[in-house]
Amino acid sequence: MQPQPVVTQRTLVAYVEDLPGVLNRVASLFRRRNYNIVSLTVGRTHEPGMSRITLVVEADPDVSRRIQANLYKLVNVVSVEDITDVPNLIRDVALIKVSTNQSDAETDAAVVREAICRLAEDYRARVVDVADDAMTLEVAGRLEKIEKIVEALRPFGILEMAQSGVIAMSRGGQSLVAAQKNAARDPHRAA
Amino acid sequence: MTAAAKPTPSANVSADAETSPERLGAEVIWEALIREGVDVVFGYPGGAVMPAYDALSKYPQVRHILTRHEQGAAHMADGYARASGRVGVCIATSGPGATNLVTGIATAMLDSVPMVAITGQVAAPLIGTDAFQETDVTGVTLPITKHNYLVTRAEDIAPTIREAFYVARSGRPGPVVVDITKDAQQATIIPEYSTEPVRLPGYRPEHHPSGSDYSAAVEMIAQARKPLLFCGHGVIKSGATDTLIAFAERTDIPVAVTLLGLGGFPASHPLSLGMMGMHGEAWVNQAIQEADLIIAVGMRFDDRVTGTLSTYAKNAKKIHVELDPAEINKNVRVDLPLIGNAGDVLEELLARVAPSSHPDWRGRIDELKGDSAVRDIRSMPDNGRLFAAHVMHDLWQLTDGKALIVTDVGQHQMWEAQYYKHDYPRKLVTSGGLGTMGFALPAAMGARLACPDDEIWVIAGDGGFQMTSPELATCKQENIKVNIAIINNGYLGMVRQWQQFFYGGRYVATPIVSPDFVKLADAHGLEGLRVTRRADIPAAVATARANDVTTIIDFRVEQEDSVYPMVPSGSDLGTMIRRPRVDGGEHNPIFETGKDK
Repeated sequence: MQPQPVVTQRTLVAYVEDLPGVLNRVASLFRRRNYNIVSLTVGRTHEPGMSRITLVVEADPDVSRRIQANLYKLVNVVSVEDITDVPNLIRDVALIKVSTNQSDAETDAAVVREAICRLAEDYRARVVDVADDAMTLEVAGRLEKIEKIVEALRPFGILEMAQSGVIAMSRGGQSLVAAQKNAARDPHRAA
Repeated sequence: MTAAAKPTPSANVSADAETSPERLGAEVIWEALIREGVDVVFGYPGGAVMPAYDALSKYPQVRHILTRHEQGAAHMADGYARASGRVGVCIATSGPGATNLVTGIATAMLDSVPMVAITGQVAAPLIGTDAFQETDVTGVTLPITKHNYLVTRAEDIAPTIREAFYVARSGRPGPVVVDITKDAQQATIIPEYSTEPVRLPGYRPEHHPSGSDYSAAVEMIAQARKPLLFCGHGVIKSGATDTLIAFAERTDIPVAVTLLGLGGFPASHPLSLGMMGMHGEAWVNQAIQEADLIIAVGMRFDDRVTGTLSTYAKNAKKIHVELDPAEINKNVRVDLPLIGNAGDVLEELLARVAPSSHPDWRGRIDELKGDSAVRDIRSMPDNGRLFAAHVMHDLWQLTDGKALIVTDVGQHQMWEAQYYKHDYPRKLVTSGGLGTMGFALPAAMGARLACPDDEIWVIAGDGGFQMTSPELATCKQENIKVNIAIINNGYLGMVRQWQQFFYGGRYVATPIVSPDFVKLADAHGLEGLRVTRRADIPAAVATARANDVTTIIDFRVEQEDSVYPMVPSGSDLGTMIRRPRVDGGEHNPIFETGKDK
């Protein structure tokens, strides 16, 4: 038996044509092939007519290669890259609304706010809204960083939270679009 | 699906085809199809596709075959494509017309058949309103097509159809759906027909292995002592039969075929082993388990081929010649993928390999073959009863092995694969991946239109045949002549066999009552015959061949015969249920298991 490959989260970025239904095709592929999506984001790029999809999936490198090969089979997918193992930038933005009304009436709201602000500083979060009874923080970074601040804020009482999903890019001068324009990259070789 | 909504007043004013450059979208559909070389389409009209049907009257160069069900239209387009290698075309209306195509589209998808399905759609402003006969056709067909399109503007019809044909036939082929709204069909435009090559920014149908990959393959082949070649559907699709023969002869490597690879390597060739897998020859599966190198060409290691993966071909290094990178390591981990067109890759390998010979290995395989001869149903004494295997064997002999056979799905399909020895590519049309009952008759009709000079035989079970038998009326109306052999055992035979082997012999919902097929043929203005004894096969076959009309032969075969050998689903490939020996050495074991037998 071959050693069991390690299943970890892998980050894929794909350029797709900005056409109706393309996101559906990508999502349908993952459902159909039973691949597990952790995060999927899609947005416009500087290139007209092109969207960029960032996918975080649970997969080992070989499954990731097969996901890429399957993505390439979608006619509207222009290029795909697994950037997990290259120097990369991975960002997720979260908005976290925290209560400043503590149950024990002894604690003053101002004290609570101050504590939350200190936490925000520690985690490089920004305070983006302050109300009588709540504060909202914005934090950007890797998933782990967001998970940590969530845990730190939990004792105060998180009222609401929203996450953007992951966007990612390789570091350095390499460009996925440029690589695609060099054409005929064999997806089997991508792994 | 003739429940046409409000018929629109005839909008033909613009279409003086000779003088005016203006065309209705509906006319552009046909002109675009004609530009792709289409001369026959299979279809069924209805409300949302009526403008297209109305326009068809202006294009007599396109023959339309009116089917009795849209599933038949899809299978006909499929059979047309498989027999010819060209793109098959079917057409249906929105809603139920389109959903009735679904089984046929999925059948084509699983077997990589190039097909374009045109469907009418409700007018664009009505999309999303649950309008009469509205279905989200692109949504429904998304996972069972290579690609699909929703066209809402007449201007987009011609480029989309052109792109659809390109996608359907290039790379690993597959079905493409073009869903065209009724208002796009009704709009008047001045069409522009491109003659430029289709350019799709993200579509890369071609791949080529690197030189170092070829060198690695040559080295692995040189090292091998017990090598096997696998011939899959990709060999036939890429027209690589001659190259494969040359390669096998140069390297002295025996060739096993998949179900869809039958005919890709001639069965009568000394290096031909026969079919592998669940109902493959015992010696083939045993050889696979003993091999030290497998060169799999144009196949995808389907579960019906491998049995349980954990014990599959463990002694063999594997080279996978395959056009679709997504197939690599999907089921079986391979040591060396050669990603590219089967014909191109074999050509390059052939130029690089040294001649070799493997007498010990071939001797070992001959040894494995020995035991099977005494189990072969052809060796059974004629006990007066008719066995399906006899029908296949005799039909093979009577047609010199040259007929184009179209099978349905089930026991007869496996018997055909075992006993009709295919020496030529594209002479077997069968639904392998999806296993679609009801496929045979309509697919054979499509094959007939693709190959007017071939002798065509439908081989179907009594169950599957009834799924699409209304197409007999289409045979009559369109004067399509095929020969039909119904292997009639009164059961859904393959399910019955599983019930016998694995479900305690409880024949739940498998006994099936059929119409009198002779009278059924007669009712359609066709001819029917019945055969109950082996001695009567030649005369019946001769009658069918001589008839001008489609002729059914109702072969009343042994009711509870089973297909042997059989690798039970999910079992080790070497573990087979074998046909009891017919040399009198064994009595009444319905089956026996074990690779030592």
